[in-house]
Parts: sequence; C-alpha cells; structure tokens
Amino acid sequence: MPHISLHNLAVNYGTQRVLHDITVDIPDSQVTAIIGPSGCGKTTLLKSLNRLLELNEDVNVTGDVLIDGENIYNPKTDLLALRKKVGFLSQRPYPLPMSIYDNIAFGPKIHRLTDEQIINQIKGLSASDVLEIDNIKNSNAIDMLVECYLSLAGLWDEVKDRLHEPASRLSIGQQQRLALARALAIEPEVILADEPTSALDPISAQLIERQFKLLKKRYTIVVVTHILRQAKRVSDYVIFLYMGELVEHGEAKEFFQSPKDARTRAYISGEIS
Amino acid sequence: MEEKIFKGLMLLSLILVLVILAGIIAVVVMKGTPALNLSMIIETPKGGYYLGKEGGIANAIVGSIYLAFGASIISILISLPVALALQKDYTNRHLANLSRLILDILWGTPSIVYGAFGFIIMVYFGLRASLLGGIIVLTLLMIPIMVRSMEEVISMVPQELKEVSYALGTTKLETTIAVVLKQALPGIITAILLAFGRGIGDAASILFTAGYTDYIPKSIFDPVASLPLAVFFQISTPAPEVQARAYASALILLFIVILVSVFSRLLGRRFSKHIVR
Repeated sequence: MPHISLHNLAVNYGTQRVLHDITVDIPDSQVTAIIGPSGCGKTTLLKSLNRLLELNEDVNVTGDVLIDGENIYNPKTDLLALRKKVGFLSQRPYPLPMSIYDNIAFGPKIHRLTDEQIINQIKGLSASDVLEIDNIKNSNAIDMLVECYLSLAGLWDEVKDRLHEPASRLSIGQQQRLALARALAIEPEVILADEPTSALDPISAQLIERQFKLLKKRYTIVVVTHILRQAKRVSDYVIFLYMGELVEHGEAKEFFQSPKDARTRAYISGEIS
Repeated sequence: MEEKIFKGLMLLSLILVLVILAGIIAVVVMKGTPALNLSMIIETPKGGYYLGKEGGIANAIVGSIYLAFGASIISILISLPVALALQKDYTNRHLANLSRLILDILWGTPSIVYGAFGFIIMVYFGLRASLLGGIIVLTLLMIPIMVRSMEEVISMVPQELKEVSYALGTTKLETTIAVVLKQALPGIITAILLAFGRGIGDAASILFTAGYTDYIPKSIFDPVASLPLAVFFQISTPAPEVQARAYASALILLFIVILVSVFSRLLGRRFSKHIVR
C-alpha cells in the first residue's frame, strides 16, 4: 500500500471549485511530479497533502487523503504529527529568523527529540546509505544532527565555518538547500516541494534536483513544477492537472513517450502552456 | 517636467519639516542651556525655587521616569498579547476590525479626556492623585498607540514564513513566539518608543491623576511630579529666570527621549540581525 493515496479529493475556495474529484496513488520512494499550466491547481493539490491549505480562508476540502492508511482530514487526526511526517519546501525559500544552526535544530527542538532519538535518527540515515557518516559521536547530538542534515542537503561544506551566522545572509540557492535540510531534520517520510527551483539560478536548481534523486531512496518526494524539462529530468511518476482536473497520470517514461489524452499531448508538445 | 515638480515639492516639504524641528530644538537648547546646571538635575526644589532661588527639578525627572517606565512596562504586557490576538490566525476579521476602529478612536482622543476619566474613577474610589494613578492613566493612553503600531508590524510578517514554520509541525503559539515575534522585533521596539514618547511628554492626563509635588515619591500612593508639568508651571510664572528653568526642564525631557530612543534602537539592532527581508 502506498504512503499517499487520494480518493475523490475536491477543493473549493469559496464557491469556486479549484480541484475536481482527484483519485490517484502516489508511489513510495520515487519522485512524483505534479505538472500543468499556471492556475490549474498544482499547489492546491500539494498543500492539501499536509493541510497547509486550511491556512487560507474559505477553503473547503472533500474526499479522502490517506497517508499511511489514515485519512488526514479526519477531525481526529493529529495535525502536528501529520506535518512532522510530511516535510514541505516552499516556492521561495524562507529561512526562519535565526542562525543557520538554529534553523536546522528548530524542528527537532520543537518536537522535543531526546539525544537518543536523534542518534537513532542519524544511524537510520547512515543505514539507508543516503549519507556516509564516518563516526557517530554521542557527544552532542544536536551538533551531529545539524551536520548530518546540512550534508544531506548538500550545504555543509559551504556553511560549516559560519553556522552561527544569520541564515538570511545565505544566497537564495543556499537558502533553499537550508530549507531542505530543515525539512529533513524532522525526519519526514514524504517531502512536498512547491516549484522549489523557480526562484533559483540554474546551478542551484541543479543542486536541488540532484539532492532529490539521491533522497528518493529514503523519502517519497512530490514536486510541483511548471517546467516540463525539469519533470522529465527528475520524476519517476507524473500527475498532469488541467483546469483543476486530473487528466492523466502514470510512469514518467510512458507519460512522456506515449501520452493518451489529447490535452496531455498538446501540453507536452507545447501547444498549450 | 511633472516628475521634477513633484520631486521638488516633496523635497520642499521635507526641508520644511526638518527646519521646524531644528527650530524647536534650537529654541529649547538656546533658552534652556544657561539655566541648566548640576543642581538643576540632582536637587529637589528648595524654598523660593519658584521665585528663582535655589534648588532643581530632580523631583520631576525622577517622577517622569517612574511614570513613563512604569506605564510602558504595563502597556507592553497588555499590548503585545492584544496585538497578537488581532492577527487573523487568532481572531475573526470582523471582531479584529471593530477592535481596530475602537483603538484608533482612543488613539485620537485628547489626553485631557483620559485625565478627566481617571480623575472621576479616582474620586469614585476615594483615591488621591498618586504615582499609581498617573501610571494607570498613562497606561490607558499608551495602549492604543502600542497595540496599533505593534499589530501593524506583526501583520507584515510574510504568510509564507509562517507557513514554513507550520509545515515543520509547530503549533500557532510556537510559531508566534519563535518566528513571528522575532521577525517583528524591530517594529515592536519602534511601537514601544512611539508610545513611550507620547507618555513621557504628556501633561494633561497626569495633571489631576498624578498631581505635583516638590518631593520624590516614597511609595506608589504618593503624588508625583513630572517634567511636562514642571515645564508648564515654570513657564507660566512671571520671573524670567524661572521661565529659563522651564526651557532647561524641556531640554532634559528631550534628552531623556533621545537617550531612550538611541539605546533601544541599538538594542533592537543587536536582536534584528536574523530578520528575513
């Protein structure tokens, strides 16, 4: 059974329906790309997966979103536990108003992880070979954690000498990798990314894409993008939305080589954008 | 051409404002400096002080500091939660807008009205003019200013910043304290300064409620002197040397405001290096 499974999901903003009847399974340990033209509901779909959507006023969600078999829209769902399970990367990176170090330590501290839990988390990382860790010292767990997740996001070497500087002094590309490290530090199972490279230069964007390819061994990644070529580069599975409707979804290779729906063909060939 | 005219007009207005400001400061400095000396700052009025004889206005300096700092601290404790409560994360829009309207009216209410209100209450409870009464009325005067200006800067914190914090699994309260307040801190300091400035400079509200005395209060139930009233009483005497002391008092008041302002801005800068722009 996949981590994430959507059944008849529909979203209204006031009286306007922005997502119609979406039913799809999102495969585990792969990169799933949500593509489609601007304003077709990509971000809405993404934010419905960690209930960030409900921060907007007048939002009405119907249907089921199952994560690990549990409907997250059930009123009994523990929202904080859900958000801990599902990491989020925003379109423009927003460092928290604190140092680089504290940005990473923030989540684990809020969730009051014990040193033992942190060490286990790090051992887990090491075991799933997304990250090589030479020696796990038990001396200062939070220090270790900061180093590990910054390395995992590909940022450690650039910031290791200035961990206590304000995070806002990093370049925007570095800030996005910091945001990735920060999201990873709460050890989610799923990472949601909302056009994570749209504000970045091509080199920073490439770094983020490379991290995604590495991270999918351990995490389920869902990325919204309006760049078709990016979807081709990074994704294993594709969901195509058009005007709030799920038009087509499937394995990336098949999706791009032999699209079935006329609208998909038009989108891929560039007739509509 | 049009652009040049408007640019010129703006520049002209700016210069006008600066000239008026400089004029006020110049008059206070020129007329006040000759009367300013050490005994002015460290002594309380002796017999015949108001006829130009020995003594100083330490009573008013200490009194004003007690009043303004006391009222500022209580106002911060009340205003900060109120400013947070007015955010859309906590209160629905209609209630928040109604509260804003009321606070704006209170902000615009002349301070003599606060004074009269405080006086009525004190008479009702049989209290006399005291430091406590002055602090309470000044607090009422400062709250609308603090709440509205704090609320304005807190609402400027980007929604996306709150979103990334919520996405890490934080509660509203955790996000508010660890992220929102940190981000809004410099603006909050400005809001406090604005209210402090209004509070320390106000005469009408404390005229009946704090009273005036030549002594430094020993408890919060004693009447207390203040710099604005010291200026007011001295400037209305016929003796020129006493009038000069009024300007010296005003100069001291100005100096306290500048000192507090500079100090808190420095403090603010220390804490604002993490701000996300």
